[in-house]
Amino acid sequence: MQLTGAEIVIRCLQEEKVEYVFGYPGGSVLYIYDELFKQDKFKHVLVRHEQAAVHAADAYSRSSNKIGVCMVTSGPGVTNAVTGIATAHMDSVPMVIISGQVPTAYIGQDAFQECDTVGITRPCVKHNFLVKDVRDLAITLKKAFYIAKTGRPGPVLVDIPKDITNQKCEFEYPKAIAMRSYNPVVKGHSGQIKKAVQMLLEAKRPMIYAGGGVILSDAAEKLAKLARTLGYPVTNTLMGLGGYPATDKQSLGMLGMHGTYEANMAMQNCDVLIAVGARFDDRVIGNPVHFAEIPRKIIHIDIDPSSISKRVKVDVPIVGNLPDVLDELQKLLEASAGVPDPKALAAWWKQIDEWRGKKSLKYRQGKDVIMPQYVVEKLYEVTGGEAFVTSDVGQHQMWAAQYYKFDKPRRWINSGGLGTMGVGLPYAMGVRFANPKATVACITGEASIQMNIQELSTAKQFRLPIKIINLNNRYLGMVRQWQQMFHGNRYAESYVDALPDFVKLAESYGHVGMKIERPADVEPALREAFTKHKNDLVFMDFLTDQTANVYPMVAAGKGLSEMILAEEL
Amino acid sequence: MRHIISILIENEAGALSRVSGLFSARAFNIESLTVAPTEDASLSRMTIVSTGSDEVIEQITKQLNKLIDVVKVVDLSEAAHIERELMLVKVRAAGKDREEMKRIADIFRGRIIDVTDSTYVIELTGNGSKLDAFLEAIDRALILETVRTGVSGIGRGDRILKV
Repeated sequence: MQLTGAEIVIRCLQEEKVEYVFGYPGGSVLYIYDELFKQDKFKHVLVRHEQAAVHAADAYSRSSNKIGVCMVTSGPGVTNAVTGIATAHMDSVPMVIISGQVPTAYIGQDAFQECDTVGITRPCVKHNFLVKDVRDLAITLKKAFYIAKTGRPGPVLVDIPKDITNQKCEFEYPKAIAMRSYNPVVKGHSGQIKKAVQMLLEAKRPMIYAGGGVILSDAAEKLAKLARTLGYPVTNTLMGLGGYPATDKQSLGMLGMHGTYEANMAMQNCDVLIAVGARFDDRVIGNPVHFAEIPRKIIHIDIDPSSISKRVKVDVPIVGNLPDVLDELQKLLEASAGVPDPKALAAWWKQIDEWRGKKSLKYRQGKDVIMPQYVVEKLYEVTGGEAFVTSDVGQHQMWAAQYYKFDKPRRWINSGGLGTMGVGLPYAMGVRFANPKATVACITGEASIQMNIQELSTAKQFRLPIKIINLNNRYLGMVRQWQQMFHGNRYAESYVDALPDFVKLAESYGHVGMKIERPADVEPALREAFTKHKNDLVFMDFLTDQTANVYPMVAAGKGLSEMILAEEL
Repeated sequence: MRHIISILIENEAGALSRVSGLFSARAFNIESLTVAPTEDASLSRMTIVSTGSDEVIEQITKQLNKLIDVVKVVDLSEAAHIERELMLVKVRAAGKDREEMKRIADIFRGRIIDVTDSTYVIELTGNGSKLDAFLEAIDRALILETVRTGVSGIGRGDRILKV
């Protein structure tokens, strides 16, 4: 059957069982939107800014493991989307972005709303395509979906010139795809896995370090099984939270720049470290030279060979899909005659419990001023730990990560790699579309929330009952914290003046607004929001302590065990 | 250390920019880069000369392999290989210099491929140091223009880079 390019795009999305397309129309995607209008197999979510479309599609994917899809027009549509694409790329989120382009004959002529989309997005996508012939359209879209979700996932962009969407050709959606240049590894090397088992059993001070790969590959259950078989401590990265139950006794919490004392000390002092879907980034291990001062054997499992031995030299590299590798590891472990050294392990846990005794996350909640940590703790209680929590970027993000205990994967949605302010609200939208019955909270700050505040309008249109937890300290908190600690208290441009009245702002969009100023009101307000206003979007503006800092803290360039603790100040 | 990396890559629009973009984005060195289609027109072969520690070169090959269009990557300098570069040099060749230039070109097994009253274009192939040596051997003041292709490399004997 002969179909136009626009019809082909729609048919391909239907074939891929896409439920939602997040997007914003414009000149060069008009034919596609016209066909979109004529069908009802998938829905379109009209955002108020293209950046939010990409973030929403990104969170839709993160919270469900389905591929997020978004559609933008050429030129500014694409450039607005770039922040979202780069955000997804840094956190390896599978997504397909369809962008309109000026007609083929206009490319390179500086046409209206033209930009070099493939050139601009190349460094921040897993792959991208410019479709130059309508006959290539279906196979290109098939490839895009295939590449996005296989191997180390990531965003794939397909740029489609307007004339292509109006040309006709025979349509057949390819059932399978084979690419000679792209064959991601699945199974890990058996010899290496054997070595890893041996090494794990010989450990005296073992440590399991689990990252975002556990979440992305749906390996949380297998990781938990392995951890329980071994009885070893587990720490999660910011991206890995929920990959191992935070309330489990073997969990040491998050590690890294704002990790717990016990997690960082155990990471630094272990003798055998198994890294599972993590990449030893600068916010996690601090100074790599300091980290290398204590000799330890490292096993590293990752789907991406380039993540292995990039910042830290590894003894046993295992390239493969996490669930497959963990299965094999578990099998070999169970078949092995050896068991972990009980004496050494007991001594190690004793040491860890001593570190835990520091209670590095404690803070004091007085009667007058709301502590931001307290709000997150109460949110955890009120939602029973069952909410999907999105965050923006800054202090509130760290407090959310430290004080909301995630027991399940895909519940904690944040921009870890790129650190994009403004993701919180569109993330919460994407989560809610993927999980239509879920409780969704967006922990944010008065600065971050204003970076995509226009999405309150989208949230109204689609009746998304998101609870916005605005930890309002009237500062760019993390910037202020660094200025206080490293720049002689000179608060250059980190005070935010002329803030809107968030209650009125929320109300003007048709939502519920609340302002909470006293510690005693925190819990009742949260309960009201999550019960009485269950079906409303509630913007909760918490006026919090202006000088609260995030602790523990490993200063940039310092070693993991050189933490600054709250009590030391 | 200096490495010669050979790549087979899908001969698609933008393939070169994916590779060169990768090098600049990750702050890897490129000393030279050559690219042209192979006998199979759907594939291009690229030779990149780069310098870096073993860790950096390992990252370079891993990152190249990660590019979706890249079919194969080989570090030629890991084993026996041959490298060649082509250079065209336009020199002033008048009066007494004319005979001398011809003589030195002969010594280096260069060929004179264009002749005017006052100039020669000399074609020279070899590894980079031979080409450098030739430029050293002639009077610098007589060099009007040089153009070099960058290094192409191939493994010796049974080392074959093919799909």
